[in-house]
Amino acid sequence: MKKSRVIQLVGLILIGIALGFGYTHRTNSNAGESITAVGSTALQPLVEAAGEQYSSNHTGVFINVQGGGSGTGLSQIQSGAVAIGNSDIFAEEQSGINAKKLKDHRVAVVGIAPIVNKKVGVTNLTKQQLIQIFTGKVKNWRDVGGKNLPIVLINRAQGSGTRKTFESYALNGHASADSQEQDSSGLARSIVASTPGAISYVAFSYLNSSVTTVKVNGVRPTDTNVQTNRWKIWSYEHLYTSQQPNQLTKNFINYILSAAVQEKLVKQLGYISVHTMQVQRSATGKITAVK
Amino acid sequence: MDKIRASLLKKSVASKIERRGKIISLSCLALIILVVFLIFYFVASRGLATFFSNHINLWSFLSGTQWNPGTVGTNGQPAVGALPMIVGSFLITIFSAIVATPFAIGTAVFMTEISPRRGAKILRPVTELLVGIPSVVYGFIGLQVVVPFVRSTFGGSGYGILSGTFVLFVMILPTVTSMSADALNAVPRYYREASLALGATRWQTIYKVVLRAAIPGMLTAIVFGMARAFGEALAVQMVIGNATLLPQNLVSPASTLTSILTMGIGNTVMGSLQNNALWSLAMILLLMSLFFNLVIRYIGRKGKLNHER
Repeated sequence: MKKSRVIQLVGLILIGIALGFGYTHRTNSNAGESITAVGSTALQPLVEAAGEQYSSNHTGVFINVQGGGSGTGLSQIQSGAVAIGNSDIFAEEQSGINAKKLKDHRVAVVGIAPIVNKKVGVTNLTKQQLIQIFTGKVKNWRDVGGKNLPIVLINRAQGSGTRKTFESYALNGHASADSQEQDSSGLARSIVASTPGAISYVAFSYLNSSVTTVKVNGVRPTDTNVQTNRWKIWSYEHLYTSQQPNQLTKNFINYILSAAVQEKLVKQLGYISVHTMQVQRSATGKITAVK
Repeated sequence: MDKIRASLLKKSVASKIERRGKIISLSCLALIILVVFLIFYFVASRGLATFFSNHINLWSFLSGTQWNPGTVGTNGQPAVGALPMIVGSFLITIFSAIVATPFAIGTAVFMTEISPRRGAKILRPVTELLVGIPSVVYGFIGLQVVVPFVRSTFGGSGYGILSGTFVLFVMILPTVTSMSADALNAVPRYYREASLALGATRWQTIYKVVLRAAIPGMLTAIVFGMARAFGEALAVQMVIGNATLLPQNLVSPASTLTSILTMGIGNTVMGSLQNNALWSLAMILLLMSLFFNLVIRYIGRKGKLNHER
């Protein structure tokens, strides 16, 4: 009984010393030198990879990256809970967000392409046909030059950045008909691959040989065509901060925009570098040439 | 004398320990009650904001069939009609319970009445293993196996209520089975002995005595399974198609409350109508699980009265 008491006491004292030691030394380990970025899952891989590289170059600095969706990113940065809000869409396009209070940093460009099941037999669609298909006016592939197969629409979830971009620039702002929805690009692609007659749309980095990639008006979905805006279905990836971000946040964003990251990491992960864009697009969709 | 008196009036170590234990367990209980209360408060405050701050008519929310909270529907009001999801959730819950019940009762009867030894050794561990499989695995199997099967056998794209029913049926089967077995085990032994002594066969005993005596327990099991089916999100979301349309038939894409919730919550901003509308869906879910709980309690109490009589 007594012996165990002594052991307990010693244990408590040890824990106390350890805690005290940790507390007094906490300032030395760069406390406060960490920022959190939350939001878009499409942008998450890039910010994560860049954050890791940045941390290894700057000892003691930590970049926490979390998903949650563009809406979460924008609302968290608006409420000031995080340092960076990742978003696939302009803050102006999201309801409930006061874009004037936020600062926009465009760090990459993502191209989006329609994909269809391999058995459909269509490799090119005009924009008009695409609109007819997604608004439910055309219900069979036969009517757009394919096989006799009913069309199965696979949309992304309402409010998803990919869907908003696709509706704005591929469907000219027409809302898609109510249909099946999936909440990730990977799932959308695998469902298109396995469902006869299915059509959906994914970012370029998700394109592979399990599905047929469709040309629109004869234009192929390539990085070069996005850079010249011949391929119109693309969007920026945004890092939103408050109007006066702290020094570390500024440094990190500058790091992502640096040539080192833009030329290597951005390309590796399937995004298009903002530096290579020959045009820029405003929140209202106006296209201007980059000087 | 005084020493004894003092030691008697002083609290003993044992009673101090007991009091300490009481305080600890009471505070644990209080914490849990507080958490439950806070969850209810939070969901209700967000969910009711749709009706009070955004001025959506409750009736048009429950009976509307258009769901696209960001836009305005044909009636000039924001399109927040939750009927497709409510219908989808209920259909899939009821169908999976209907399909699962005969299998569950059959297995439970085999486990308890026909072959108790093998039941305890093999069947029970196997059904309990099914409980431990994560729902994403069920969903993935559903996507790779059930959906193509439904597509080739029943037509359509394969995504819909029917696929969801098949997946949920397997998911709730172990719950319903093991609870039904418990209910059958709880039937007093002398019921069976009396029945057999009167000359009834084993089948007659099972069918006319044991099963009837266990009805309240088995109903509880079924409602429990339904509650699980109603709240299941991930596996259903993967196979139901998530289209906010009223289901035309069992193979047309549909949606459930949970699937729309999990898909939409990351894309909305706290405090906006889109977000509040999703919280209203969450509130419906919470109210329904409360309802299921009350039903279980009610059946349980009635069952107890029957046994006492």
